[in-house]
Amino acid sequence: MAHTIKTTDKKPTPKADIIGGHTLSMYVTNQPGVLMRICQVFARRAYNIDSVVVSQGRDPAFSRLTLGISGDPAGLDQIIKQCNKLIDVIHCSEHTSSEAVVRELALIKVKLDSTEKRTELLQIVEHFGGKTVDLTEVSMVVRIEGASDKVDAAIRLLVNYDIIETVRTGKVVMARGEQPT
Amino acid sequence: MDGAQALIRTLDDLGIEYVFGYSGGAALPIFDALETVDSKIKFVLARHEQGATHMADGYARATGKPAVVLVTSGPGAGNTITGIMTAQMDSIPMIVVCGQQVTWMLGLDAFQEADIFGITIPIVKHNYLVRETNAIPRIAREAYHIATTGRPGPVLIDIPKNISQSPFNGDLDAPMDLPGYHPDESYIIDPEPVEQAALLINLAKKPVILAGHGAMISGAENELMELATKMNSPVTSTLLGKGVFPEDHPLSLGMLGMHGTAYANKAMVECDLIVNIGSRFDDRIIGQADKFGAQAKIIHIDIDPSEMNKMIRPDIEVIGDAKAVLKALNSQVEERTNESWIESMDGYKKKYPLAYKKQGGLRMQQVLDEIYELTNGDAIVTTDVGQHQMWAAQFYKNSKSYKWISSGGAGTMGFGFPSAIGAQFACPDQTVIAVCGDGGFQMTLCELATAVIHKLPIKILVLNNHYLGMVRQWQELFFDNRESGVDLEGNPDFVKLAEAYGAKGINIKRPADVGKKLEEALAYNDGPVLINAECIKADNVFPMIPAGAALEDMLTEPPKYKMEKPVGST
Repeated sequence: MAHTIKTTDKKPTPKADIIGGHTLSMYVTNQPGVLMRICQVFARRAYNIDSVVVSQGRDPAFSRLTLGISGDPAGLDQIIKQCNKLIDVIHCSEHTSSEAVVRELALIKVKLDSTEKRTELLQIVEHFGGKTVDLTEVSMVVRIEGASDKVDAAIRLLVNYDIIETVRTGKVVMARGEQPT
Repeated sequence: MDGAQALIRTLDDLGIEYVFGYSGGAALPIFDALETVDSKIKFVLARHEQGATHMADGYARATGKPAVVLVTSGPGAGNTITGIMTAQMDSIPMIVVCGQQVTWMLGLDAFQEADIFGITIPIVKHNYLVRETNAIPRIAREAYHIATTGRPGPVLIDIPKNISQSPFNGDLDAPMDLPGYHPDESYIIDPEPVEQAALLINLAKKPVILAGHGAMISGAENELMELATKMNSPVTSTLLGKGVFPEDHPLSLGMLGMHGTAYANKAMVECDLIVNIGSRFDDRIIGQADKFGAQAKIIHIDIDPSEMNKMIRPDIEVIGDAKAVLKALNSQVEERTNESWIESMDGYKKKYPLAYKKQGGLRMQQVLDEIYELTNGDAIVTTDVGQHQMWAAQFYKNSKSYKWISSGGAGTMGFGFPSAIGAQFACPDQTVIAVCGDGGFQMTLCELATAVIHKLPIKILVLNNHYLGMVRQWQELFFDNRESGVDLEGNPDFVKLAEAYGAKGINIKRPADVGKKLEEALAYNDGPVLINAECIKADNVFPMIPAGAALEDMLTEPPKYKMEKPVGST
């Protein structure tokens, strides 16, 4: 099915939609202000936080944070140590995709102006194992879920259509096997 | 009992001796509790919140124990920032308690409301905004524990007024809850890097020990002496490490770095091994990072893992409490003589002694040299920041820990005098000398009132050159001598100023008078005495390593060529 899809590179891939760099996972106490402390560690060292996912841990006294970050790789070791130094941080570590499961979800809203376009779009969505979650005569919201590069690839194709907006959850990671994250 | 009373009872229970502070509306319940709770705590009213923080800082640097700063919300809390930052940069334990607006007004721009919790996040070891009265004793205990263990630092507790004045129904002995903080692990030393460090030490022919503040905080003086003696290694110390190894010992090289001794810096350039014990390789001591220790192996011992590879990549990292590490290390170190190395160091000491010209007017160095002799190097010395600070570091040799009190990392002007007040409260029987510049002293001189009413016999040495001398020195050397914003025209008559506050004032104008005037000041113990020493206006501190330059580019005398503006650091 993929062969029927037209790909052009007329429109450059919007950079903000592609999440790169490193993935950090942190286990922190569930208190007001914790995120502020962590964000300051990154901002001071000119690191950009590309994505952040926070949710309550299994024990509600703690939260799980997953951060997608980009910046000078030489500074990453220092950042991890500075985060571990924070009293509210139980642990902070980097995860690479080889040793961890990395997933994210994106919602993409595309403008529809012809039936032909709709058919093409549905083919793309099906290829990526996505779902149409909202459909009107003039627009369509699709959901793509998976590893970040898969989401990136889907967005790269959808860019050829008229994307109204994109929302990504940001990466969540979990260490593979028995190893705790 | 209300929350404020529970706070004072807990602080008393923790052994807090002094609270330095300034009152205000949001802190009213806590100030009232100081009166209503029967405790051993003594309260000292400063004249500015910054002064209160430096007093607590000076107290901690003279004792190793924390004091409490108590201020009100908004501007009161805001004025503590410089003092908190100073403590954080130099790893000083401190507990800062701020009053705050009532909880339901937070975020509504209420009177004297400031988000001091948010504001201070980057400059504290940890901080709290208390939202529950019954949590106060637990939080106070945690704050004390965090401030004093591991790598020490300031902890701030922001307490809204309704929280401090509500009834307390909790447990005064509620246990701490700090799942992410494990300072005890600092005493468990991994034996492997210690063995590797011992191997390197036993192979070294030209070793240098670099002793920092961490060695002092851990109380490793004896272990350091044992190591230095076994290795027969020269020892240099950082500004904050002054005294951890006696500076009058034959193996001592004094302070290293930007204005350190020539022989200490020569040692760093020529050595084949640097054993760094509790120093964070500050940019003031390493100069150009990629050239630092390029010829040497480097062992870095530090309690804080984030100091490893921060400035310098060591060959061996040993993470842990300095004393615990040295205890494990010393038994594996072999006795050495390193004769030719020691001889070459002694040669440098003869070739580049710390000296100053005796002619051409009164020099700060002479005043410091003479007060060092008159006090047998045994006084507690605090300093401001600038030329006088560097000369004091050079000429006031310290043979014991906790006697040298100077703002290193933050470089806070105005620190010298209030920190001397804290140190004098901590050590009432010792001679305390506040070495100040005329610039720094005027930033916190309102604390004269505090010193006078408590009859603190502090010797305030104002080394007065009517200039911001260090900045002027840089303008002379790097900016074609274009003076900009450094002339302190308008200085008061400091002797009359002291007298106006009820303190004693002494002027020194001639080099020949220094000894007897200092003796007069040292003999006066009925309260503070201010000695205004009218020093020559334009003098420069040498040796000097221009900021960001390599240690081998050290200047031991004024350069004969035009110098490039430093770009590697400020």
